[in-house]
Amino acid sequence: MSYGGPVPPDYGDPHAPGERAEEYLAPEIAGEASALPLWRRKPLLVVGAVILGIYIVVAVLGPLFVGDPRVTDPANFYQGPSWDNLFGTDKFGRDVFARAVHAARLDITIGILIAFFAMVIGSAIGVVSGYFGGWVDEIVMRLTDVVLAFPGFVLALVLVAAIGNSIPNVVIAVTVAYIPYFIRLTRAQVLAERELEYVDGAKLAGNGPWRVAFRHVLPNSLGPSFVQAALVAGWAILTVAGLAFLGVGIRPPTAEWGVMVAEGAPDIITGQWWTALFPGGMIVAAAMAFQFIGDDLGADVL
Amino acid sequence: MWRYLGKRLLVSVATVVGIVIIVFFIVRVLPGDAAVVRAGPYANDEKVQEIREQYGLDDPMLVQFKDYMADAFTGNLGVSIRTNGNVTEELLERLPASLELAFYSVLLAAVIGIPFGIVAAARKGTWVDGAARVFAVLGSSMALFWLGLLLIYFLFFRLRWFPGPIDRLAVGTEPPGTITGFYTIDAALRGQFGVMVEAFRYLALPVLTLGLVLAAPILKMVRASMIEALESEHVRTAKAIGVPYRQILFRDGFRNALLPVTTAIGIVFGYMLGGNIIVEFLFAWPGVGRYAYSAIQVNDLEALQGFVIVVGVLYVALNVVIDLVYAWIDPRIRLGTKVTA
Repeated sequence: MSYGGPVPPDYGDPHAPGERAEEYLAPEIAGEASALPLWRRKPLLVVGAVILGIYIVVAVLGPLFVGDPRVTDPANFYQGPSWDNLFGTDKFGRDVFARAVHAARLDITIGILIAFFAMVIGSAIGVVSGYFGGWVDEIVMRLTDVVLAFPGFVLALVLVAAIGNSIPNVVIAVTVAYIPYFIRLTRAQVLAERELEYVDGAKLAGNGPWRVAFRHVLPNSLGPSFVQAALVAGWAILTVAGLAFLGVGIRPPTAEWGVMVAEGAPDIITGQWWTALFPGGMIVAAAMAFQFIGDDLGADVL
Repeated sequence: MWRYLGKRLLVSVATVVGIVIIVFFIVRVLPGDAAVVRAGPYANDEKVQEIREQYGLDDPMLVQFKDYMADAFTGNLGVSIRTNGNVTEELLERLPASLELAFYSVLLAAVIGIPFGIVAAARKGTWVDGAARVFAVLGSSMALFWLGLLLIYFLFFRLRWFPGPIDRLAVGTEPPGTITGFYTIDAALRGQFGVMVEAFRYLALPVLTLGLVLAAPILKMVRASMIEALESEHVRTAKAIGVPYRQILFRDGFRNALLPVTTAIGIVFGYMLGGNIIVEFLFAWPGVGRYAYSAIQVNDLEALQGFVIVVGVLYVALNVVIDLVYAWIDPRIRLGTKVTA
């Protein structure tokens, strides 16, 4: 489509979202050739992804193949692990494996939801705070200071205690506790990003400040937040289960890992280790999968 | 330096005020009828109304806020619904138990995390480093209650090496007279060595649970900052002029890594203040965390709010102490130069 003059060189669209993602990723992930296969370069990432994949399959399909998590069988209480009851049975004769599988759906969903909400809200606030600065930034920063002055677990705990025990309330409370991390992270990235030339270019091209902030600066500032989100998903699972262990948020008889550990904890000192240690192990392995992924990605990004 | 400290102190006071305000907001302003929550699930309307009047929950929000702030800053955290006792007094009474647990846990975490981190940094890329990394990732994905249960099952139920999760001392053992509130130290000061050993044996499992988990962040931080210090130019120079390796490791490396390590220990202490609810509940440890646990079970919001304020204030105080340590470690802060490390 030449008009007779020289054709301008095609530089691509420098502001397009994700265009510069490869700068945040290690060269090998960005697709540059490397002699070693992925599992040699990033063993933790691969192990984490495999474990997480198994969890997702179990969460999606598992409940179809195991029994009802609520059904009791008083004649079969405290049976040790066997082929019929892989994880044994609890004091009511409920199948611990069936409960743990059903719980996987709940816990994994909650963990990912919390990380997602915290990242979306946190980075939106972070980009406004960092890009526009001024008194908004000042207020946001002082607020995050105060929120971060609480251990996150305690903040989530008192929030749920105040607004009441329910699954949505737990998601809200834990999300609130993790939002400040994403605000800080995004803001720091935005502060560096807004000085770059493409931002001036976007402004000169006539984009309004909000458009520049959200369409141009934000997508380029999200790299570290994705890594943080992987870590937060793991911590969120630990936090939710920890709260449930204390009787906060998700309550019995819901099949949830933390609830199951709380119900099984007294059995430990009478020797029925399976009622608490199996669901607890599921929590730790799930959190570990997210940590592995976050840690191996983060080695290059954070 | 005094200017620096004054400024830090001012910020801390502002943070404490912020914490107290946020707690008010969470407990009183958020949707959810505070009186209904306090009255519990089985209360009738009269009981709810009674509680509403007793706690002044009918007053306009601003009046409530004024009363609350006035109380909070005179150290009055209200009356517990569960025990009818003064929350401030009850918390102070339980604080030494929590502090003793916290002190030994962080000590254990430092004893594991610092040397392991130094070795991992000095042998970067070897199997020791790999083991350190796996340990660190495991630590940051460990559920305190699960590790605690594992330790109880194996070290108490199976092997009987340590006493079961019941209290700070065996039933029937008289606690040593209070000097510091730390049973181990009080018993030693009073020459009751049997009691001291017993206190340590009861501390062992909860301390092991917290210490192993808390070692992970310390290890990570020590390793990262040691690597940075060892790759610096002054270390290259030291190597070039033939300074012995051991001296480089500790004088040039570790001393420069101390600042981030102090930060890590501070973070760990803060985490501890939240995590101890779980561990104190699990081990029936009679500290503030267990107090908060009991409060939660009966919706005792006054007690819970008191706990949160105390934790917040401790955390802020801790940060001031860390800043003092910073100033002591790093002459650049003492002398008011800009710190880039």
